Amino acid sequence: MVLFLIAIASGAVWLSLSQILHVFGSNPTDLARLIVLDLRLPRAVLGILIGAALGLCGAVLQGLLRNPLADPGLLGISSGAALGAAIAIYFGLTTKFAYAAPALGLCGAVAATILTFVFGRGGTLSLILAGAAVSALAGAGLSLALNLAPNGTGAYEIMTWLMGSLTDVSWEQVKLAAPFIVVGMGILATTARSLDALSLGEVQAESLGVDPDRLRLTILVGVALCVGAATSVAGAIGFVGLISPHLVRPFVGHEPSRTLIPSALCGAALLLGADVCSRLLPFNGTEIKLGVFTAMVGAPFFFWLVMRVSRTAP
Amino acid sequence: MSRLVATGITVQRGGRRILNDVSASFSDGAFVAVIGANGAGKSTLLSVLAGLLKPDGGKTTLDGRPLADLDRKALARRRAYLPQNPCCEWPISVESLVALGLTPSLPAFGGFAPEVQDRVSQAIHACDLDDHREQAATTLSGGELARAMLARALVGDPDLLIADEPMAGLDPRHALDTMARLQRLAHSGKLVVASVHDLTLAARFSTHILALSHGSLIAHGPTGDTLSAALLREIFEVEARVSGRGADAAIDFLAPA
Repeated sequence: MVLFLIAIASGAVWLSLSQILHVFGSNPTDLARLIVLDLRLPRAVLGILIGAALGLCGAVLQGLLRNPLADPGLLGISSGAALGAAIAIYFGLTTKFAYAAPALGLCGAVAATILTFVFGRGGTLSLILAGAAVSALAGAGLSLALNLAPNGTGAYEIMTWLMGSLTDVSWEQVKLAAPFIVVGMGILATTARSLDALSLGEVQAESLGVDPDRLRLTILVGVALCVGAATSVAGAIGFVGLISPHLVRPFVGHEPSRTLIPSALCGAALLLGADVCSRLLPFNGTEIKLGVFTAMVGAPFFFWLVMRVSRTAP
Repeated sequence: MSRLVATGITVQRGGRRILNDVSASFSDGAFVAVIGANGAGKSTLLSVLAGLLKPDGGKTTLDGRPLADLDRKALARRRAYLPQNPCCEWPISVESLVALGLTPSLPAFGGFAPEVQDRVSQAIHACDLDDHREQAATTLSGGELARAMLARALVGDPDLLIADEPMAGLDPRHALDTMARLQRLAHSGKLVVASVHDLTLAARFSTHILALSHGSLIAHGPTGDTLSAALLREIFEVEARVSGRGADAAIDFLAPA
């Protein structure tokens, strides 16, 4: 099944490459190569990295919270990262220092993580509530930034970036985000066994030698690294983390540990697919933003999920 | 030799004393039934004995070492704990659920070795769950789930089993089976401490009785000598009749005291 998902993922890469070759086939070879190597390849690599990170984060968080609706956005980490980067844009820091947005995005993710962790230390329910509160706070901050934006351009920049996109990414952004994402994913991968034990509830997991507080901290650090880096370079891309674990569960079962890697692969495939679709579906000549596309596809899925959860709940 | 020793255990919650200076020692080969009215502090005492709840006063030692000093995983390999009404939150198979009992002795990565599979199969068989191996744990009946959880607790072959009402929701046959299994476990040299609501079962199968009332230890001793009508009147405030001894013992409640 893992191999099957790898095939899907690489298939998406080849698909996007062949589309590029097809689109740019009429141009001189060197230009096509330039486009493939400097535009499409970093975009695809970043898409895979971010998709995998979001898919893994979703699977880990759903395992931690034992809640099929969990998602990196749920803990406020995405919003925190978005607020951080928006502040960079609002204060015009991006013009002075190119990486201000990614750097502040990371800071925002870490700050949101710490807030969520401090207020949510009472257990799973308080963690979810703290995440909602942090999301609301970051959302208010974002609205304030838009409200106070000195000129239309600033507000437009924030809006555009918020929609989430892999357009115009370069190897620089890959280099900036990749280390954080790789380290974050490595950290998250170590939690598999503990997440399995957690399916018996916190008390039994603790009796099996799992330290719930340490597990929460580990996961929050890993998720902050992944989501902070991903959001800061590509904006807010929702629903990939929510959907991926659900798509792989029918094939690999419900043990949290077994969903992690398939969910990461599925997330990578989803994001690549979504990126290709957003590129190929020009709307009045405007490219649909990736975050908008995933939200359009993901939100109905979310409705379906809520319906199913409320139907199966006692 | 006393394996598990609790000294002066006191637990406070919201200004209320849930456990008040409870001291008791437990030896290998004992099956201790913890009895007491609702809210007497049974579950709290079991959590403290399992090392999952830090008491506000007093300490618990295992083989002379304070539980608080023991490494979580090392403790988890030697002590199994079953909470009241354990539940499983994902629809995983009974087999996987039972295998979770081996979590503390498994490496962080990788699948199950063949001997692990064998141990899981044995535990499933011992708890009469062969027909449910592949079934999702969330679709089991309450009694089946309770048995699966017991298999989960026993699969790691712990020296010490602490179980909070392992008989809840079991039909008579499986309740008897479970009690007999806990008794055999004690006979094989392990220590079993379990809260038990069915006093007749406690009288028949346990080797020791520990009685709590309002957070205080009322009695702790061999079952035959301890479980008396006078004790039951004191802790449950009912008139009771204790008839027979050992495997023939029976307890009837007659009227409120």
